[in-house]
Amino acid sequence: MTDYLDGNAAAGALSEVFAVDVTAAIARCDGCGQTGVFADTRLYLNAPGMVARCAGCDHVLLRVVTTPTETYVDLRGLTYLRLPTP
Amino acid sequence: MERTAVRRRLSWQVATVVDVRRETATARTIVLDVPDWPGHLAGQHVDVRLTAPDGYRASRSYSIASAWTSTTIELTVESVPDGEVSPYLVDVLKPGDPLELRGPVGGWFVWKPEQEGPVQLIGGGSGVVPLRAMLQAHTSSTTPVRLLYSVRRPTSVIYVDDLKELAAADDVHISLVYTREAPAGETRVGRIDADVIDRLTFTPADEPTTYVCGPTPFVETVADLLVAAGHDPARIRTERFGPTGG
Repeated sequence: MTDYLDGNAAAGALSEVFAVDVTAAIARCDGCGQTGVFADTRLYLNAPGMVARCAGCDHVLLRVVTTPTETYVDLRGLTYLRLPTP
Repeated sequence: MERTAVRRRLSWQVATVVDVRRETATARTIVLDVPDWPGHLAGQHVDVRLTAPDGYRASRSYSIASAWTSTTIELTVESVPDGEVSPYLVDVLKPGDPLELRGPVGGWFVWKPEQEGPVQLIGGGSGVVPLRAMLQAHTSSTTPVRLLYSVRRPTSVIYVDDLKELAAADDVHISLVYTREAPAGETRVGRIDADVIDRLTFTPADEPTTYVCGPTPFVETVADLLVAAGHDPARIRTERFGPTGG
């Protein structure tokens, strides 16, 4: 199945929440421990909101759901995000 | 630029269509005036949002097709049959119309002129769009750059004249691969394979940074070929686009 994009396509939605670019950050999967740039995760848009999954084990890393009044950010599958210190 | 201007959260704003330009039977370039545009890096994208009269909204990501050298930005959109957003952008939108967008965004699939080392660009179909922005940004750099561009047929080539000019004026090595139908004089018809990678791209010893953009299966095939050829995965940057709703 290739019905996914990649983490690059989450940049816009994440920019509404975070003041730094998260797509170039290093992310660690809490499922399998794989570490890599967030842009390389698999992004699924055929769901309410967007779901980013680990390219190694398919574990859910992050979900973003926007309603007319609020945005839900679910970071359940990320052990950490590593960003350059400003 | 003030630090607060760089580190900011983004939201939607309204741009105005300045011009539209047909590229192929199914692709069009849209020139936009965006108030207070902060500038962008080659390879970044914007999200475009359409709102129906009943309030239903659909948004899609589109790569910026131009380098930040003027007061406008360009998007090139390929129409996806039965898509929710792209057919409107390709066939309906006209100069003077407003268009809601959010950007620029994306800090990974970008090329900066000060980056070290040769640059290998590999695009499939409209995956050439952000690579064209990189080529435009490259005109002020002496870094060696090559473009490998996979298209279905000669009439599918986006930026035909632009690419010819860039190849001549900027000494960029451009190679085209045809997957369905080749022009007269070109005998090979087929997808990018290990032989094409070997003949038409920088070798691993050149230590290029490689940018691959196209539909998801294209990107994954090419990235695998590059790794199999000995390229360092850490120097391969990928951007996928896909069939999810168009």
